[in-house]
Amino acid sequence: MSAAMTTTATLIENARILDPATGTDHAGAVLIENGVIAEVAIGKPIGVPDHVEVINARGLALAPGLIDMRVFTGEPGKEYRETLASAGEAAAAGGVTSFVMMPDTTPVVDDSALVDFLIRRAKATSKVNVLPAGAITKGLGGKEMTEFGLLREAGVVCLTDGRHAIQSTSLLRTAMSYAANYGMTFVHHLRDADLAGDGVMNEGLFATILGLRGQPREAETIPLARDLQLAGLTGVKYHAAQVSCAASIELLAAAKKRNNSVTAGVSINNLALNENDVGRYRTFFKLSTPLRSEDDRQAVIEGLRNGTIDTIHSDHDPQDTEVKRQPFAEASDGAIGLETLLPAALRLVHSGEVDLLTVLRAMTSRPAEILGLPSGRIAVGAPADLILIDLDYPWQVDVRQLRSRSRNTCFEGARLAGKVIRTIVGGATVFEHID
Amino acid sequence: MAQARASTASNSPAGTSGDYPPFNQRHLLSIADLQQHEIIDLLDRAAAMVPISRQERKTHPTLTGKTQINLFFEPSTRTQASFEIAGKRLGALVMNMSVKTSSVSKGETLVDTAATLNAMRPDVIVVRHSAAGAVELLSQKVGCAVINAGDGAHEHPTQALLDALTIRNHKGRIAGLTVAICGDIGNSRVVRSNLLLLGALNVRTRVIAPRNLLPAGIENLATEVFTDMREGLKDADVVMMLRLQHERANGRMIPSIREYYHFYGLDAEKLSYAKPDAIVMHPGPMNRGVEIDPAIADGPASVITDQVEMGVAVRMAVLDALLPARNEP
Repeated sequence: MSAAMTTTATLIENARILDPATGTDHAGAVLIENGVIAEVAIGKPIGVPDHVEVINARGLALAPGLIDMRVFTGEPGKEYRETLASAGEAAAAGGVTSFVMMPDTTPVVDDSALVDFLIRRAKATSKVNVLPAGAITKGLGGKEMTEFGLLREAGVVCLTDGRHAIQSTSLLRTAMSYAANYGMTFVHHLRDADLAGDGVMNEGLFATILGLRGQPREAETIPLARDLQLAGLTGVKYHAAQVSCAASIELLAAAKKRNNSVTAGVSINNLALNENDVGRYRTFFKLSTPLRSEDDRQAVIEGLRNGTIDTIHSDHDPQDTEVKRQPFAEASDGAIGLETLLPAALRLVHSGEVDLLTVLRAMTSRPAEILGLPSGRIAVGAPADLILIDLDYPWQVDVRQLRSRSRNTCFEGARLAGKVIRTIVGGATVFEHID
Repeated sequence: MAQARASTASNSPAGTSGDYPPFNQRHLLSIADLQQHEIIDLLDRAAAMVPISRQERKTHPTLTGKTQINLFFEPSTRTQASFEIAGKRLGALVMNMSVKTSSVSKGETLVDTAATLNAMRPDVIVVRHSAAGAVELLSQKVGCAVINAGDGAHEHPTQALLDALTIRNHKGRIAGLTVAICGDIGNSRVVRSNLLLLGALNVRTRVIAPRNLLPAGIENLATEVFTDMREGLKDADVVMMLRLQHERANGRMIPSIREYYHFYGLDAEKLSYAKPDAIVMHPGPMNRGVEIDPAIADGPASVITDQVEMGVAVRMAVLDALLPARNEP
């Protein structure tokens, strides 16, 4: 779809070029030809071919399109929650030009034929690049490995059991070892099911006041410590799917000193929110990795700043009213986030907590490196997946305006600064903000 | 802090809602929602209700023509009976609905149930549910008053009110007392409501339990936390025992009932550490020989049956306080 819409050449001029991969933050212009970045001119004139479409950025920031490493869709199986098309609309509006689709669908993405179908289906219906992840275990059951090699040939960008955590240490060892065999990135959700038990939020005073069962942080740190040791043992490219607490940052920092194949992600929710946001049983704040204390949030931000945390993702997880309008303990986990990912992350920039390129790097070049993608940078030869951002644009989230089919946002009514003004995928504009 | 009225109840005829300032709450969902003066107001109203239940004709029909639904998603004998009698003594039409649910086989959701009942235009729904926050969720979906009769491990506000009324009756005051609560603190809604209510009335609150049964952050909710029962009972004015679910003593939370009773069961020897005139309370139903020695449960210090009596009075007062307020424009 995107290829068909590509004009021969597009010039984006008068842009503030932000390329986290090279640390560039400078005025310049970018020439796109045939869906690929053909020239990047920083502080110098650019050779303009005939029949070029010119986009005057008027000083807006031009960054690589975001790569979101953790997105749940409803398609296939629960299209009433989200389709690839509606997720694509939301992604395009949020500046996400590629997202990794979690295998937690019905059926589960544990078979190469389904991967093949999804890639074709996404090309036909989604405005942005959909990158399927393959399940590690059949049916996400945590018992038997899937066909990693065939999944890879079919086009999965990584292996993960999505929001499911594998509990068997021996199976994990085997799976990591086999993933290493094909050089595949192994992304794992951290949850000791036994220790987390029926905990539904962070364990602590706040859960006690609400009368809710808590999940101790150790339900995350114990599996993380195990995974990091197994990653060392097997040599796999290991990515901790999402971490949320101070002790996890310490474990990661220590492991990264020994093993440069280890990386980690964080959900924007754990960067922007804390357990107090649960308020009085607000189920939209019930998440697969629980919101932690403010101290934990600060530690995770520090981890992002010092490079212990590699990536930021939306953890976009559409859920319908039926499963959310329930008593807290009985409600489903998850919140949507594709459209609010960037402005919520920019909060950290506006507050002076993290610098702009660090925040963008965690959503562009770092995920690209981890997944082995050519995108995520503004460089000659890279796919022309680009976004124009008004970094200070003030707006208030109105759930009725969001493009996702589901309404479970944690940012309803939030005042944010920063908005995507134009999203370009493969050289074609797929979203334009009109005031 | 109001000093309590003298003994059991005032001698004047039972008050009507007109004798009190309007109770400005739409629902009774949690003690956390109440100001100190509202708590005292409810206790005063309840004290005035006590004589009605002691009359031969136990009726005080301020709620004639009103419909009360007792919606219990979790089995309960005493609380449901108490609310039913309270409503009937005030002249309300009371309907009991017991809904068997499990989170696995849901079928109709809580919100659907609320909408269905709401369409029948009740004036008040009394709800018990196994999930914390469920009663509040239901209250957002109906147009009538909602009373929380216990939601998971969150709150059980009328229990805390009846406990306070019982304490006031026996001690003549509430402020300045030392109240020790002992048992399964982590899983108890009674504890949370009591700590909030007693805290609001300037009581020195203590919780006593083995570490396994103490929830995270409890030291922020109680004045003092003890794992040794004798230390915790020292000079207490009131000893509140909590029920230990048998299934917790299966070796996963507590090794055995024998061990639990030895260290945390209330017997005469442990009670001797409390003040000589200490009273013993229990929200019921009791497990004699698990958390309490039968001799104590049925002995002179026990005020457990008084609690049950005050329960009816408190529920009458709450119904009476909530309903007129709702009908005023």
